[in-house]
Amino acid sequence: MPHIYIDDKLIEAQQNKTIIEVAFENGIDIPHFCWHPELTVAGNCRMCLVEVGMPKKLPNGAISVDSSGKPEISYFPKLQIACATTVAEGMYVRTKSEAAINAQEAVMEFLLINHPLDCPICDEAGQCKLQEYAFNHSKGMSRFIETKNHKPKRQSWGPNVLFDAERCISCSRCIRFAKEIAKQDVLTFVQRGDHVTIELFENKEFDSPYSMNVIEICPVGALTSKDFRFKSRVWDMSFNDSICPGCAKGCNTKLGVRNNEILRIEPRANPYVNKFWMCDYGRLTQYEFVNNNRITDPYIKVDGNHKKVGLDEACSEAANRLKQFNPHQIMFVGSAKATNEDNYILAKFAKHLNTKNLDCLKYIDENFQDNFLRCADKAPNTNGALQVGIKPDLHSVRIEQLSEKIATGDIKAILVMEETFEEYTEIFKNLSELKLLVVLGYNHSNLTSIADIILPASTYAEIEGTFVNTDLRVQHFTPAVVTSENLRFMGMKMSRLDKFGAFNDRWTQHQVRNSRQSWKIIQKIANRLNANWSFRNSHDVFLEITHNIASFKGMNYELLDEFQGLTLGKAEKPDPKVRNYESHYMKPN
Amino acid sequence: MNIRKNSEAERLSFWEKLYLPEIAKGMGITFRQMFKPKFTRQYPEEVWIPTGSYRGRPVLVNEDDGERCVACGLCSRVCPALAIEVQAAETDRDKERYPEKFEINMLRCIYCGFCEEVCPEEAIVMSKDYDLVFTSQEEAILGKDKLLVHISKLQDRLEFLRQYK
Ligand code: SF4
Ligand code: SF4
Ligand code: SF4
Ligand code: SF4
Ligand code: FES
Repeated sequence: MPHIYIDDKLIEAQQNKTIIEVAFENGIDIPHFCWHPELTVAGNCRMCLVEVGMPKKLPNGAISVDSSGKPEISYFPKLQIACATTVAEGMYVRTKSEAAINAQEAVMEFLLINHPLDCPICDEAGQCKLQEYAFNHSKGMSRFIETKNHKPKRQSWGPNVLFDAERCISCSRCIRFAKEIAKQDVLTFVQRGDHVTIELFENKEFDSPYSMNVIEICPVGALTSKDFRFKSRVWDMSFNDSICPGCAKGCNTKLGVRNNEILRIEPRANPYVNKFWMCDYGRLTQYEFVNNNRITDPYIKVDGNHKKVGLDEACSEAANRLKQFNPHQIMFVGSAKATNEDNYILAKFAKHLNTKNLDCLKYIDENFQDNFLRCADKAPNTNGALQVGIKPDLHSVRIEQLSEKIATGDIKAILVMEETFEEYTEIFKNLSELKLLVVLGYNHSNLTSIADIILPASTYAEIEGTFVNTDLRVQHFTPAVVTSENLRFMGMKMSRLDKFGAFNDRWTQHQVRNSRQSWKIIQKIANRLNANWSFRNSHDVFLEITHNIASFKGMNYELLDEFQGLTLGKAEKPDPKVRNYESHYMKPN
Repeated sequence: MNIRKNSEAERLSFWEKLYLPEIAKGMGITFRQMFKPKFTRQYPEEVWIPTGSYRGRPVLVNEDDGERCVACGLCSRVCPALAIEVQAAETDRDKERYPEKFEINMLRCIYCGFCEEVCPEEAIVMSKDYDLVFTSQEEAILGKDKLLVHISKLQDRLEFLRQYK
């Protein structure tokens, strides 16, 4: 293993790593635009120039030392790019010397020569790597007085990505992403010098299911999202950590929220799940149901009409009516979309009532699967639901039989948690035969319209909980959107606008929905049937899960956060912690 | 200084203690003022028009082809009173953004002029309007219809900014 000195710090580096990688792993950030840990090295931005040298050797092979006994270093007259220079035994690197700083400032001046600097209309402003470096690594002025080169703006690359040629600094990250990660080699540089720009090959589109990741890795605002464009300034949003519920991969995400509305979803680095990426499907589909068409209050059906009631009243009603059935006449439908905590409490409730009819819908779609991130299981927590007990036994009613069992009158009451039966339409034929249909749901749907009791459930963006992904990794997430139950959730980030609004500000008239995490509602119902549970928060529930279910043993939320998830049954053998690369530091969150 | 005489009565001279001469003196001042030129302004009949340096309510500069504002949101960010709300949207014009919604809550605004100072487009400036009257809180939130003022009416302020900003 070569020993090298970076800024006089002795570092034991791994063989064949580049200076920038070694520096990064040891907490030293060398300015760079084109380097990205997951992409091949392009070495074209020249931002990472550093001084590299070796100790001077005397003719007899010994190292020459100066009068104070320090080795004399002979630095190469030309600076080297840290992203493409591999480390060698005894190497000395200076990243903050005068020569290195002059080089950085010169590169910044070059990059800004033709840059439009239209930050006021640029979506990247506030999180832009170029802005950040212009602030930290440049002189703050330009000697260029000639007219800037103009290039076309707003070129469409595909269904989700727009390209602004003027802002591009030709780092080629997007080209390399398309080729190496998205496996859709459709982008290329054309022209030369200051006319260089990026074009799609003829009759090609950049429509990979992962296309939108180029928006994040682009160091500047050259690539923007058609979906998000101009919705909000980045400093007006809060970014809370979450997990994408789009499929069982459980990509780590951040939810960008303003005015209590999710405006965009972006990936968060997790080396063991999604690296730095997520798919466009997850980005574009997993916020609509949080923002719109929400059930915000409990309802009870009275004479065929839904009447708004208080939560206590609705829960009492549910309890009273559930009491009237034999345990084997009741079916509990858990959900692969709900957390372990919710499913666990539902299973516990079923046990409390002596009901064995307990199952959940599966969302298997082979067409969705690819060999990168997306997997066939389109629900985030199928594995978790099974683990915590949402599964029928040999004699109980399975979900596929439900429709028929309702028809035969074997099942008279159903409690559905966080499901809509949207894709299980067959069941609707018989649902009207039921004596009782209790639905805990996010959105108004065909199912809630016929429900006897509707209870407002919180979505993944509003709760604390855990999902188990397709690789059996348990991942913890916390709320990003405010509801009346999590108004003071510890550590939840809120944007300035969300925090400081008063009643006479129009900009703050967001909706604080009166929804509850499903397990809390179920606990309320259960306690009206003498369950006497006293879980105060998801921590408590998870604690009980780790006690009662062997595969969760040894886990807790703190550990899950610390190691970015733990594998079921292997809590004591976590994956090693690494320093996660963050491309844009300036980004608020 | 040591004040030895502690009561009002002790500090007054004999003639002052008599009061009547003092009253006459006072009347004299009043009488003299009656013949001097008046400087009271008969507001609101007589309106005061401030100079360009005055910081009245912030307004948006409207040019012949529309507002200058590109909805960058900086004024909203810098406003210490959180008075400004900007919602951007896309246009076909060269500058791709425009404010779909721009509202200033005049109950919040403290007339500090920071919004004007930060604006990269010189799109929001302090006007000469100082007589704002509202009959409800809702009315005090001014939208684009009230905020947009044609550039020709803002020349004094723009000239002031050119010279002193
Ligand atoms: S890419 Fe960065 S520096 Fe360039 S206009 Fe956008 S925000 Fe400004
Ligand atoms: S569009 Fe962005 S990522 Fe692609 S080369 Fe230009 S600056 Fe780099
Ligand atoms: S003058 Fe000051 S308080 Fe008023 S809107 Fe502008 S920045 Fe806000
Ligand atoms: S700072 Fe200027 S350009 Fe930006 S939103 Fe405010 S008024 Fe518009
Ligand atoms: S990061 Fe090394 S040349 Fe771009």
